[in-house]
Amino acid sequence: MTDDNNKTIINDTAAASPLNVPDELDVGAAARRQKVFKVVRYLITYLFLTVMALIVIFPFYWMVISSLKTMEEYRANVPTLWPHKLFFQNFATAFSQANLKDLFLHTLLVGTISTVLSLIVTVLSAFAFARLQFKGKNVVFGLLMATMMVPGELYTITNYLTVSGKLPFISQPISALDITHTFTVLIVPMLVSVFYIYLLRQTFLQIPNELYLAAKVDGTSDFKYLWKVMLPLSVSTIITITILKMMGAWNAYIWPRLVANDEAHQLITNGLRGASFILPNNETNYPAQMAAVAIVSVPLFLVFVFLRKYIMRGVSRSGIKG
Amino acid sequence: MEKLSDNEVLELVHSDPAAAAQNRYIVHRVNTSRDIGDRNQYKAWVYLAPALILLLIFSFYPLINTFRMALLNGYTSDGFTTAYQVGFRNFKTVVNFVDFKQCLKNTVLLCVITVPISTTLALLIAVALNSIKPLQRMFQTIFFLPYVTNAIAIGMVFKVVFNRVAVGDLVQTEAVINRFIGLFGADPVNFVNVGSSWGANMFVVCTYIVWNALPFKILVLLGGLQNVNKQYYEAAKIDSTSKIRTFFRITIPLVSPMLAYVIITSFIGGFKEYSSIVGIFGETMGPAGSEGQMNTIVGFVYKMLPYWKTGVASAASLILFGIILIVTAINGLVSKRTVHY
Repeated sequence: MTDDNNKTIINDTAAASPLNVPDELDVGAAARRQKVFKVVRYLITYLFLTVMALIVIFPFYWMVISSLKTMEEYRANVPTLWPHKLFFQNFATAFSQANLKDLFLHTLLVGTISTVLSLIVTVLSAFAFARLQFKGKNVVFGLLMATMMVPGELYTITNYLTVSGKLPFISQPISALDITHTFTVLIVPMLVSVFYIYLLRQTFLQIPNELYLAAKVDGTSDFKYLWKVMLPLSVSTIITITILKMMGAWNAYIWPRLVANDEAHQLITNGLRGASFILPNNETNYPAQMAAVAIVSVPLFLVFVFLRKYIMRGVSRSGIKG
Repeated sequence: MEKLSDNEVLELVHSDPAAAAQNRYIVHRVNTSRDIGDRNQYKAWVYLAPALILLLIFSFYPLINTFRMALLNGYTSDGFTTAYQVGFRNFKTVVNFVDFKQCLKNTVLLCVITVPISTTLALLIAVALNSIKPLQRMFQTIFFLPYVTNAIAIGMVFKVVFNRVAVGDLVQTEAVINRFIGLFGADPVNFVNVGSSWGANMFVVCTYIVWNALPFKILVLLGGLQNVNKQYYEAAKIDSTSKIRTFFRITIPLVSPMLAYVIITSFIGGFKEYSSIVGIFGETMGPAGSEGQMNTIVGFVYKMLPYWKTGVASAASLILFGIILIVTAINGLVSKRTVHY
């Protein structure tokens, strides 16, 4: 019975198939319509991305072309989209006017010293948190993590007093303690970053504990183990920290502005902001200023092009910039 | 393995260290043996000492001191000490300050305006990036470009983009942006120059903040999208669910943890906004003639410092801290309800 039924159905379909032609046509039309939709969707997607990309790029483009314009062209009635004549003189003006050479050297010095010292402090404490057992480990680690919640402005106020020799619990300012306008004060208060300790500790924790115990029974000292085994295995995190710290020195504004805004100690960012590009006729020489901005941006671009993956590693976990 | 005494374990470890390291039981015994634990007690503190000493001086002490200064009425760091009374006068001073009200208004508005715009744009861009194959890497590179920039330097560029060259009232060169909106028949706006309005300034600052915030958000959201299991989309396709429905019913719930993270961090960053405004307007925090028009809470704190009004500055920074804590808590509560898995 069932077999018969099935047969009839099969026969029916076979018989009906020539009659299904209009239906098939419909399916084809639907497919075409879908295809058109798909193309339109892709077009809209690419159009949207292109417009957004142009908006994102525009400031960079404007910076570059403005830096290559003469003052006359910059002041022309209609802003030109490409300089008539490339005026490279602006870069020389920027270098002398903003004292860029000294600013570069200061920033390089402060950046390098603070990166090296900061790495030492970070590696040591990350090792203690990742490998060593001691009482109160979780409490101390929790306390450190909690400081990440606090906005930096809270620290800055007191730190500014401390380095100015105006220790809050002492009645008179101690002028001998006033170490503002030195490189020390740019480096020391910013040495410890809890975020870097956290980042490196996570990396250290991924190294199997058995390795440590094997080294222990071989009689390797903790320090040697850290130096010979853990550091080589954590190179990429160390590189991430180095880049972020150097970029931090490059982009730091608030603290250098507060404590070292004299010409002998300015860093690149506060130097750039403070530099005057006023022409004798009281006009601002914007092309030269844009040239200075472009020069300051170049190292960051190079870092971005060549070391992007290291930055992204650290960044996607923090939301901290620089 | 049968139970071994401590000595037997040590013997085993010394006779064949490699095998011992492979042996979980022995490793466990060595690990928990008091011998190693005790020696590490003081050693750990030696390793931690540099970080802890620096943190004590430059983080923990300042934290306590901020509360102390804020709670001493009229505290200044100007030198001689009179006995200060404990109280909330610094907070009252801050709140009653006309300047502070302007700062608070600016900061809150900056957050409320920029966070939804930049998050929505970033989500759209991330979804669009995720849906294309050709040119994907090129677009990615472009969108990440603003990430590694100097906030002050690019702020100066934004100033130039919105800047008009004028001699007195006579506009010599219109800002390039005004040229652009002129194409659509709009009247030129004085964005950042002398006499520009608060609203126009706000527009420039918000544009800059959104521009600056995009790369990080796109990065995080795109990462989230790429980890979404493709099966959900295939199921939706089989059910012939519309694209828009798929977006709201599948994509958004699945990236909701990243969305929550991005929103919290940008609110915190928004309340601490300072450098981008300094980049655009300089430390006057406003166009010439209306200085301080665009000042923020952080700007208020730093304005007090050179006058040694540290009591007031501390109170203001604690208010900022309080706001950040409240916003984080609210975000946490809301995302607990809305974030899926």
